Amino acid sequence: MIAELGLAALWLAASLAALQLLAGALAVAGKGGDMAGLVRPAAVVQGLLALMSFAALILLFARTDLSVLLVATNSHSAKPLVFKIAGAWGNHEGSMLLWVTVMGLAGGFVALIDRRLPERTMLATLAAQAFVSLGFYGFLLMSSNPFARLDPAAAEGAGLNPLLQDIGLAFHPPTLYLGYVGLSVAFSFAVGALITREVGPLFARAMRPWVLGAWIFLTLGITAGSYWAYYELGWGGWWFWDPVENASLMPWLAATALLHSVSVLASRDALRTWTVMLGVVAFSMSMIGTFLVRSGILTSVHAFAVDPERGAFILVLLAIYIGGALVLFGLNAASISEGKRFSVVSREGALVVNNVMLSAILGVVLFGTLYPLVTEAFDTRVSVGPPYFNPVSAVFFVPMALVLMAGPLLRWRQDNAGRLGRPLIIAALAMMAALLAFVLLGGGGTLALIGFVLAGGLAAASVMPLKGRNLRRTPLAVWGMVVAHFGVAVALAGMACESAFSVEKLVAVRIGESVVVGPWRVVLRGVEPVAGPNWTALEADMTASYQDSATVAVRPQARSFWSPPQQTSEAALVTHRFGQLYAVLGEAAEGGRWQLRLWWKPFVTLIWLGGLLIALGGLLALTSRVAFDMRRGFARRRIVMRREDTGR
Amino acid sequence: MSVPPPLEPRRASPWALWLPLILFAGFLALVIHGLTRPGSTEVESAMVGKPLPAFALEPAVFDRPGLATADFKVGKPRLLNIFASWCVPCAIEAPQLESLRREGVAIDGIAIRDRREDVAAFLARNGNPFARIGKDDVSAVQLALGSSGVPESFVIDGKGVIRYQHIGVIRAEDLPLIREKLEEAQ
Repeated sequence: MIAELGLAALWLAASLAALQLLAGALAVAGKGGDMAGLVRPAAVVQGLLALMSFAALILLFARTDLSVLLVATNSHSAKPLVFKIAGAWGNHEGSMLLWVTVMGLAGGFVALIDRRLPERTMLATLAAQAFVSLGFYGFLLMSSNPFARLDPAAAEGAGLNPLLQDIGLAFHPPTLYLGYVGLSVAFSFAVGALITREVGPLFARAMRPWVLGAWIFLTLGITAGSYWAYYELGWGGWWFWDPVENASLMPWLAATALLHSVSVLASRDALRTWTVMLGVVAFSMSMIGTFLVRSGILTSVHAFAVDPERGAFILVLLAIYIGGALVLFGLNAASISEGKRFSVVSREGALVVNNVMLSAILGVVLFGTLYPLVTEAFDTRVSVGPPYFNPVSAVFFVPMALVLMAGPLLRWRQDNAGRLGRPLIIAALAMMAALLAFVLLGGGGTLALIGFVLAGGLAAASVMPLKGRNLRRTPLAVWGMVVAHFGVAVALAGMACESAFSVEKLVAVRIGESVVVGPWRVVLRGVEPVAGPNWTALEADMTASYQDSATVAVRPQARSFWSPPQQTSEAALVTHRFGQLYAVLGEAAEGGRWQLRLWWKPFVTLIWLGGLLIALGGLLALTSRVAFDMRRGFARRRIVMRREDTGR
Repeated sequence: MSVPPPLEPRRASPWALWLPLILFAGFLALVIHGLTRPGSTEVESAMVGKPLPAFALEPAVFDRPGLATADFKVGKPRLLNIFASWCVPCAIEAPQLESLRREGVAIDGIAIRDRREDVAAFLARNGNPFARIGKDDVSAVQLALGSSGVPESFVIDGKGVIRYQHIGVIRAEDLPLIREKLEEAQ
């Protein structure tokens, strides 16, 4: 019954999306008459129905209702409850349902609260949003019904990929989805504005919170995903330039560029066409990312999500949405009136550099990700790895980081470069200090050196916009910028340290023997079998001490899951003030020895701390914008009410 | 200090506005081609039927010898796998190589543009199915073999003649084909 209710809600939501599209399109064309009044309510109810449908699916998974095909193929009664619930979106159908749900709710939210945009642009935006949703509803209902029944019901579920039975899974994909969907709202705004050609500060202010929100989630999603890969895959690395990682990085790069250009548009009414273009590109990257992951067209460590037919469906949606938006862009962008002008040395000028460099890095990553496909068309298979991505993206990152040191200190419209002398000298001194520290600590690697030096300069420069301000009166948005830019410096320092100072040991040791890794002494005391709810494992009992201080327990496992049968290695991490000790238990070797892989990674945690700081910066900025909009909204409503009172 | 003159933001010429669409169309053409390609990875290579080029490579790790052309002229077919520690798909094919090794297939490797410690770490992570591993720092042997990417595998018969070239990851479903080619090379 619950499954049927969920399916019914999904059908109703889809038909409301169709109504929303039809009424919106007619109203924009000026033919709808009273139809325009239907658009906003339809958007709200559509969101609620999608939510109902998703709630039904969660309930089915929580109860492990094995008469539902999706539950039977992706869950198991022996799974802990939290993973049962996470299993609801840990598969294709469920994740698509999550996608339309979040999209529906976002559309409903826009319809409910946004009163800034000219009504026609608003209707066009909501119609575009309904159009995008409709494709996904169609996808779900035609080819991936999550509520399909299994008759007779299965006796037991098939389980869930053990790599995914991790608390990280409960957050990583949904977080990225929230980001992708946020960008779909930005896309709808861009399409709405392309249709009515009304691009200006009001449009930018309506779009900005969505871009910011999406960007925060993408930042968190990438940070969490990187940490997940770091401790779950047991390879000791934190970024692999895997196609799927690139798929999450590309929308982030586009959203970061969009975030900065939308600020220019909101404050200065410049970069109109460019911002609209980025709005389209950012969502395109989300769709392309989803497509690359789902289609299996590229070999990836995320191969568990693959299905070529569904990939083809996403490709069709991609062609319709992005192709359509780009045709609209070609037709209408020339008639969007020109924005305000500015000089090269100005805040806008620096932000243009930021945008160009971010777009270039986006191009580098996109090209590297697709390159194997290009050569495959000529019957040659290649794999593109870090030897390409690291140096080539650094070429564009370095100038961007240098401009980032000065940009936030510049004034809008035009400025005098000489005014920045002192802050830039301080940043240069910080870079020299970082260089000296790097050499004294005996670091190696050109990229690590560059990263470390830039991190020093950025850390110093990022806090300078606070200089001479009353800290308690500094607007939250400025704090947000400072915190996010400082976060970039922190993450960069972490990456440089990990690359330059990591110590790795691969050993085969007997019980009772000890290994020295950097400042750590690790003793293998025993290896014993342990059992979990749906796995058994060999667990190494080890102790570790940092420079002969008190010992801590380290217990890496080699886990065997039985449903489905699969092995994973659970790394053990010891987080210390100065970094992390990373231990993996390998196989038994001859003579009673055990293979151990041990890493000492100084300051590696800064990578993810930096990611969190960047997201926090975004959150501060978002809070400030939303608070401002709300105050403004109340003020305007009061004016409108007063006007009505006086009979105007 | 003089203030620089304001930028003249020129209007993009109309054709430039269509550029994104053209790029996107290129992307679509590319992936449609990728999706509709026949699933077979069997590629007739120009090198098949030719003897191995002459080479002698230094060992890529300390516990395995290096690799030279002479090592193949031993009367039995061998599988030559080209890999790199920085190549993610290479890790994906490792279990398949391991199962071939367990079946008694002799496997040699060439590590492309790699460092000793990285190769050692890669093998420790993913298993070491190789009897010999040569180190090809400038892709010289790789190019001589007519291979431009990693991973790639060659079936070499007992006289040192290339019998089959497998481009890309050896997936579980490719194993029967590889076994068949090894059998034919007997």
